[in-house]
Amino acid sequence: MSKIIGHEDNLNAIRVLIKKHKKNDRIFSYIGLFVIGSLAIALLVLFLDLVIDGYPKMNLEFFSNFPSRKPEGAGILSAWVGSALVLIVTFFVAVPMGVASGIYLEEYAKKGWFADLIEINVANLAGVPSIIYGLLALGLFVYEFGLGQSILTAGLTLSLLMLPIVIVATREAIRAIPVHIREAAYAVGATKWQVTLHHVLQYAMGGVLTGIIIGMARAIGETAPVITIGALTFIAFLPPTPVTDVAPFINFAWLEAGFTVLPIQMFNWISRPEHAFHINAAATGAVIIILTLLMNGIAIKLRYSIRKKIKW
Amino acid sequence: MVSTLNKVLFSSVASAVVSTSVLAADIVKIDGSSTVYPITEAVAEEFQKETGIKVTVGVSGTGGGFKKFCRGETVISNASRPIKAKEIAKCNEAGISFIEVPVAFDALTVVINKNNDWAKELTPAELKKAWGPDAQGKISNWNQIREGFPDQPLKLYGPGADSGTFDYFTEAIIEKSKSIRGDFTASEDDNVLVQGVAGDKGGMGYFGLAYYVENKDKINSVKIQNKDGKFINPSLETVMDGSYNPLSRPLFIYLNATKAAFDPKVKKFVEFFLNNAGKLSQEVGYVPFSKTEYEAINNHYKSLKTGTAFKDGPAIGLSVEEILKKATD
Repeated sequence: MSKIIGHEDNLNAIRVLIKKHKKNDRIFSYIGLFVIGSLAIALLVLFLDLVIDGYPKMNLEFFSNFPSRKPEGAGILSAWVGSALVLIVTFFVAVPMGVASGIYLEEYAKKGWFADLIEINVANLAGVPSIIYGLLALGLFVYEFGLGQSILTAGLTLSLLMLPIVIVATREAIRAIPVHIREAAYAVGATKWQVTLHHVLQYAMGGVLTGIIIGMARAIGETAPVITIGALTFIAFLPPTPVTDVAPFINFAWLEAGFTVLPIQMFNWISRPEHAFHINAAATGAVIIILTLLMNGIAIKLRYSIRKKIKW
Repeated sequence: MVSTLNKVLFSSVASAVVSTSVLAADIVKIDGSSTVYPITEAVAEEFQKETGIKVTVGVSGTGGGFKKFCRGETVISNASRPIKAKEIAKCNEAGISFIEVPVAFDALTVVINKNNDWAKELTPAELKKAWGPDAQGKISNWNQIREGFPDQPLKLYGPGADSGTFDYFTEAIIEKSKSIRGDFTASEDDNVLVQGVAGDKGGMGYFGLAYYVENKDKINSVKIQNKDGKFINPSLETVMDGSYNPLSRPLFIYLNATKAAFDPKVKKFVEFFLNNAGKLSQEVGYVPFSKTEYEAINNHYKSLKTGTAFKDGPAIGLSVEEILKKATD
């Protein structure tokens, strides 16, 4: 009899304990919801504020007009073209270098002090304030290499900024691939390079792409390093087009052209006395946020669809 | 005979300079002060529309602009203060001589809160009392500035130390460049200063006239006593007739003298600038010079007289005529 009572007591004690733990569980989920909710609301309010302020300017003309002293006619043509061209350079520099570095560090590098050193440096680079990259680029790219205040310089500068993000994302993605995938490939006689190219990189692609796009989304909003290397504020003509109608159909003159980017245009307008310019600034801000959201959305979509294709 | 030979030589040298500079500088490159930027932007916009010649304008600040100018990267530098001795030395080192061209006035405007009904007029001495380095930690209430002012905490809002506006204010009011109390709210964005003064009954700030004109509904301007003892409100008229002093200051562009002499695009641009500076500077919120003054400036530019009127440091209240006349290398 007493044994059964003891058993019941025990059970009750456990039930109380479980109940308490479940309560903690719930409390934590409420805290989490509250934190994420307030962050999301803050972002949403800021974004809506920008959109509401900038709404009168959100039309095609805004995208096809050059900057002007007259706020009504001023647009962001040179700014968005500049941002786009700079991002193209950034993409073609940072992605091959970043992915290759990630693969090397994860697949090829021998573990040891040298790999550790690189690892620490990469992690550090990700935390360096962007203005430092700007100063580095001013000394190195603009003056030492003589690249001038050009799209090429800006692209290279932002690719420095993006590089650690791509490297870290690539390494994480590669690390998530189970070791037996590699072993299976080796077992049928694949070389290391074949394993990397045909399997590791294929399966890691979702994570790598996410890293690339998040890096690009960061680069598009960067202002400080671009100002430091000497981006312009007023420029009412476009760089030479990358594609021409005469052979060899591609020209690289645009790389040397002066430029401005979206955040600089926005910064200029927000500091002007006329209120009408502040509307332009809000509209530009909304455009930058929408671009960032779009890019992050694409990243999520790509990761999802690539993961779905993987059969293991 | 010799003189004709000289002429031929000179013209061939000149044309060689012209042709290389046309190749090298297809674009008229300008950089410098953010204060002068709206004027240059307006001129560049109209000039490009009319001539098709490409112009770019950057905003590196007056100091940053001179750095590029003295390296020969830009042909024109926007400046909200005169060039400094150190900068002249840099230019000399690089063999770059310059022409100093005043383009318009800016009136520094002292502003107070809409609900401030006591400080509608202030003297430069009272401003010095409020802003001077000696005021730090001591002057914190309006009743310390003038007897009879109410007991209201004094909150100061002003541009940061990198600004040409700050330089001029300290020179004109405190009579020592860059000398000011450290305990005031500083911002490089004048709109932030507007917000600060608008939201604080005891607030006082200063910035360019354009920012006051755009925000008349939020803040009031203060009449400042001029050297004749009259209290004057800053406006287009009072700045143009010279009665608003000592807080109205000239804005400049500096021309690379070689380019201004030989590069036809730069020449065209400067001429266009001086012909339209009056109209366009007024349009973007600054105060133009008189017609005769612009004519004098045009002649000064055409005579290619290099150098600055401010070789011996800052000077307050110079007229356009004096600036042009005093220019020396």
